[in-house]
Amino acid sequence: MLRYLLGRIIATIPVVVLISLLVFLLIHAAPGDPADLLLSEEASPADIADARRRWGLDQPIYIQYLHFLTNIAAGDLGMSFRYADPVIGLIGQRLPATIELAIASLLIAIIIGVPLGVWAGAKPNSWADNLGSVFGFFGISMPSFWLGIMLILIISGYFNWLPSSGRSTYGVAQGLETGFYISHSLLSGNIKVAWDGIKYIIMPAIALGTGMMGLVMRVTRSSVLEIMSEDYVRTARAKGLDESTVLWRHVLRNALVPVITVVGLELGTLLSGSIIVETVFAWPGSGSLLISAIQSRDYPLITGTVLTYTIAFVAINFVIDILYALIDPRIRFGK
Amino acid sequence: MENSATLPANVVGAQRSSRTRRLRGAIRPWLAPKVAAGAVIVLILIIVGLLAHWIAPYDPNVQNLSHALRPPDWLFGSHLLGTDAVGRDILSRLFYGARVSLVIAVMVVIISGVVGIVLGAISGYFAGSTDFLIQKLVEVVWAFPPLLLAIAIMAFLGQGLENLILALVSQRWIAYCRVARGQALSLRTREFVDAARSLGANHTRIILRHIMPNLFPSAVVIGTFSMASAIISEAALSFLGLGVPPEIPTWGSMLADGRTYISTSWWLALFPGLCIFFTVLGINLLGDGLRDILDPRLKRSGSGIG
Repeated sequence: MLRYLLGRIIATIPVVVLISLLVFLLIHAAPGDPADLLLSEEASPADIADARRRWGLDQPIYIQYLHFLTNIAAGDLGMSFRYADPVIGLIGQRLPATIELAIASLLIAIIIGVPLGVWAGAKPNSWADNLGSVFGFFGISMPSFWLGIMLILIISGYFNWLPSSGRSTYGVAQGLETGFYISHSLLSGNIKVAWDGIKYIIMPAIALGTGMMGLVMRVTRSSVLEIMSEDYVRTARAKGLDESTVLWRHVLRNALVPVITVVGLELGTLLSGSIIVETVFAWPGSGSLLISAIQSRDYPLITGTVLTYTIAFVAINFVIDILYALIDPRIRFGK
Repeated sequence: MENSATLPANVVGAQRSSRTRRLRGAIRPWLAPKVAAGAVIVLILIIVGLLAHWIAPYDPNVQNLSHALRPPDWLFGSHLLGTDAVGRDILSRLFYGARVSLVIAVMVVIISGVVGIVLGAISGYFAGSTDFLIQKLVEVVWAFPPLLLAIAIMAFLGQGLENLILALVSQRWIAYCRVARGQALSLRTREFVDAARSLGANHTRIILRHIMPNLFPSAVVIGTFSMASAIISEAALSFLGLGVPPEIPTWGSMLADGRTYISTSWWLALFPGLCIFFTVLGINLLGDGLRDILDPRLKRSGSGIG
């Protein structure tokens, strides 16, 4: 296992280096001089000349790239123009909100998608199956940002049940330094704050999770359908187990393997979907930070956020690979 | 001596009926409710997009501030689906938006398909170090979360049609490339490729004439799903203000207006969203049906939504 782990780490390093190269090239492909881009608009020509020297923009491009790379490796993503703070700190402050939203969406997708899929797969071509299939198609075809707007329109606007934007009522979540409002307040037993957080997270999580839910439902259905015809299911039935035990204890356990695979593959979609959903709900996460950085042309912050998202995605895929290797020894030893 | 003229009538009848049966068998999959519904939606979209200039009741960009934010008036009103904040007719903008969505999505799908299939076929056919290099490129581009690379491209290169197409193609060619590479890898050792080579065909000819035609059915299936995702992504980028220039009406930018005026004018957000949703639904339904017909093997490899 250790050898596999080392091998995977070594294989990941060139990918991360090439990602930084691609982002570097993008910055240089942007119209205008990087010094103009990376300095605020009020900078004087003297400031620009100074910055060009300081950032080594007068040096050959491969030297510039090496500087860029060593800065990233040292965790230095530069300073934001707009906030005049280190980029890495700004992203760090916003990341918990994004992670909490992503986890909530994932929970919604699984809690609703799996039972619907099992229900549909256990009775193929029944009305339940057809309903589930319609539901699945709706789920994957629904743009998250439109669903979000419709939820705001109906649930907040018409019924006034849930708040339409933000993460918590002003002043309620003060002192929660970790930034994980819901999990932090639940762990410390502060039900009132947790409930406040939950009210704010429900709609964004539904908007973000519905696409994944449709997919989970469809994959669960086809996987259950396939496993229902296996010999061991017949044996379980022959033993006299009742149908629901067979389904939920014997079939589901094996049917979940492809579901976990798909969830792992689609985490990236969830990550980038969160950028848009955060914008719809003014959710103070790193996605809305990216969009506001783009709107104010805060290039260091854009670069930093893009790199953070991508490296996080690589790390997630890495962890999923390792988990597979733990579950299935064939991956560790075989080819 | 014996020809069809002397054959007994019942044999001819049997032949004909077997032919009609075969024909019916070939048509039936296209009449499945899924495919038919999808095809109807896509057809409506194409017609509306093509005829936008003639069927739109107003110029989509003409502002009329005295008609600003009129609610929909179904029966007698001059604006069937209402107007936006500067008095532009929503219905007309939706028609033109259909054209924009369709043109961009079709261009993106074709460019991604050509790039992906060519690179995939080269990668699989030559194998070795060429394959290694192309696959490294695939690995790196794929390492970005979906849509993030597109957002980054638009953020650095700026708004505009060419940049938008580049952004939408940036990751979309990979699906074609993977499938093309896999098939080319297995085709390169087949007898007909050996035969072509021994007859003196060069690599370009073998790839173009003998490998690529075999990749076509999978490419069509990937193409339909990738079209659905291209429409969603284009709408998402326009929604974020990262799409085509603001004077071109798109469903995504109309939705962004809808978000702004959500507390007063529900129609601004409802109609463009419905258009995106039904378009994507239609293409997905059609793609699902096409997959069953053209390439059942792809069935287990996931839906390709992303």
